[in-house]
Amino acid sequence: MRFTLAWATLRRHPVRTSLAMLGIAVAAALLLDMVMLSTGMTTSFRSLLLTRGYQLRVAPKGTLPFDSEATITGAQAIVAALRANPSIVAVSPTLGATLSLPDSRIPSTFALGVEAAVQGDYTVEQGSDVPPPIVDTMESGTATTHAVVSATFLARSGHVIGDTISVSAGLNAQLRTAARSKRVVLTGMGRFYYIPAETPVMALPLTSVRWLLGPGYVDRMSLAMAEVRPGDSASVERARTWIATTQPRVTAISTETAIRQVEERLSYFRQLAFVLGAISLGIGFLLVTTLVTLSVNERRGEIAVLRAIGTQRIGVLQQVLLEGLMLSGAGTLAGLLLGLVTARWLNSILRDFPGLPASFDFFVWSPDAALRALLLLFVSGLLAGLLPAWRASSLPIARALREEAVG
Amino acid sequence: MTSDSVMSGAIAVPSVIQCEKVERRYVMGDTPVHAVRGIDLDIARGDFVAITGPSGCGKSTLLHLLGTVDIPTSGRVIVDGRDTARMSDRDATDFRLRHIGFVFQRFYLMPTLSAAENVELPLAEAGMARAERRVRVRELLGYVGLGSRLDHRPTQLSGGEQQRVAIARALANGPSLLLADEPTGELDADTGASLLELFAQLHRDGTTLVFVTHDAVVARAAKRVVRLHDGRIASDTRGAP
Repeated sequence: MRFTLAWATLRRHPVRTSLAMLGIAVAAALLLDMVMLSTGMTTSFRSLLLTRGYQLRVAPKGTLPFDSEATITGAQAIVAALRANPSIVAVSPTLGATLSLPDSRIPSTFALGVEAAVQGDYTVEQGSDVPPPIVDTMESGTATTHAVVSATFLARSGHVIGDTISVSAGLNAQLRTAARSKRVVLTGMGRFYYIPAETPVMALPLTSVRWLLGPGYVDRMSLAMAEVRPGDSASVERARTWIATTQPRVTAISTETAIRQVEERLSYFRQLAFVLGAISLGIGFLLVTTLVTLSVNERRGEIAVLRAIGTQRIGVLQQVLLEGLMLSGAGTLAGLLLGLVTARWLNSILRDFPGLPASFDFFVWSPDAALRALLLLFVSGLLAGLLPAWRASSLPIARALREEAVG
Repeated sequence: MTSDSVMSGAIAVPSVIQCEKVERRYVMGDTPVHAVRGIDLDIARGDFVAITGPSGCGKSTLLHLLGTVDIPTSGRVIVDGRDTARMSDRDATDFRLRHIGFVFQRFYLMPTLSAAENVELPLAEAGMARAERRVRVRELLGYVGLGSRLDHRPTQLSGGEQQRVAIARALANGPSLLLADEPTGELDADTGASLLELFAQLHRDGTTLVFVTHDAVVARAAKRVVRLHDGRIASDTRGAP
């Protein structure tokens, strides 16, 4: 019966109730988005780093992966040493470079030299992967190689899968000649996790990129990724410490460390999200308090009559609290939908920022985040209804009836 | 006459209400009001009493005191043997729920609930099961002549019909005492007369009725008329039994 009466009370002023609900929905949507934003970037970054299960990144000493153009010398020995460690089950060396495309619509592309069997940079979505080299030695210039390219590469270069193109390195701009060139068959299209969506990229065998860059790069890599088993944080940390002590030319960064560094860099985002979330919670609170107080003030006579006909104080308290909860509950549900739509929209805008990895998301849906936001709003709705509910339940019956009679 | 019984005709009937030197003062805005001044009044079980007098004479305040929604500043109000000033708010509310029915001048029906739902409210408060409530509501609305208007909302009913719904609501838990504050105040003469006829019917069925009116003609429908003036009983007359 309390539910029926609460619903009836809210229906009494449908426009007012709808507007209040809409206000709460907007506040709830903002709160949900802020909760999603504050946790989403970390979640997204973590899942990005762990996409292929590599928990360690080995970069040139004192740098972050691909933070500079620095490379690691003595790469083959380092990779061999890592592979010899029984707790490290996979090592993926990568060499990054910018290659020229003499017969394409785009002048150059970012290239990743990878070992296809262990690479952790892309997933083939169309066509086939780069075949493993027949002999893992230095290539000759005449041998044709293979590449997986990004969708942006295909769209901007005008090439299609199956095309054979030329790539060059060491371009002399004045003579318009390249130090080294190679024919490349585009075998497939892939999604590159760490490369910004707007950047054309191709993945070639590591040996091909090293050959293109010249003899100085035969034993270099930009980065190596390592997978540790078991993958618990203690094992990863042990492996990281081992690399730090045995390989003085590199810096090993674990996923957790990288996430901590990103969290530090993006802490202002979380603070902003916290402040905006708190503001939206406050707005929702005030909306519910205002509307329920208004409703109680309008119904002083009715509430006095309810008390006169035998409704206990606690009954009136429950009744008014229920009204507040129904209002905030309905607003929150609407806000949940609105929040998801706006998060998706905002995410698509933010993802277009240049320089961000294609797989990075700002707003990540998680039931935990939604539950946290809903719980906050539930408590807020409960507290918001508490003051008017208490006032209604403490109404002096005879005085309220007298004042009603006077008009 | 004893302290706990009054004479109704030749038979001694136990009092349902006893007022002893009841005073009630309160402040309205900034103005102190001495609404009830030393009233002594006994009302017998099954009586039909009109409290009348000019506006501001303390009628409604006295009714509130009898209905346990207010307590006297001094003196005692005893309803069904219980001193209202000594009841906790919880006890007084429960007492009203089970023993007292209220009817108000402005009906005070919940506008977005149907007639049946309005009558159902005190039944639900009393903890009656849903199915049982439905049967009781049908019975009560049938009694007040609104058996075919169960699902109508107050706005779809005339003033007289709304007041009948309010009476059905007041009778929901079978109270021994029905208190009405200007029950015909918002009704035209014919509707008011038919409502008084319903009150007479309730009286014949054994309900103790006390109603407040400023209209001397309406007051004549009661068996006993208590006239107040300036917070005191000016006259207490009994009509034909």
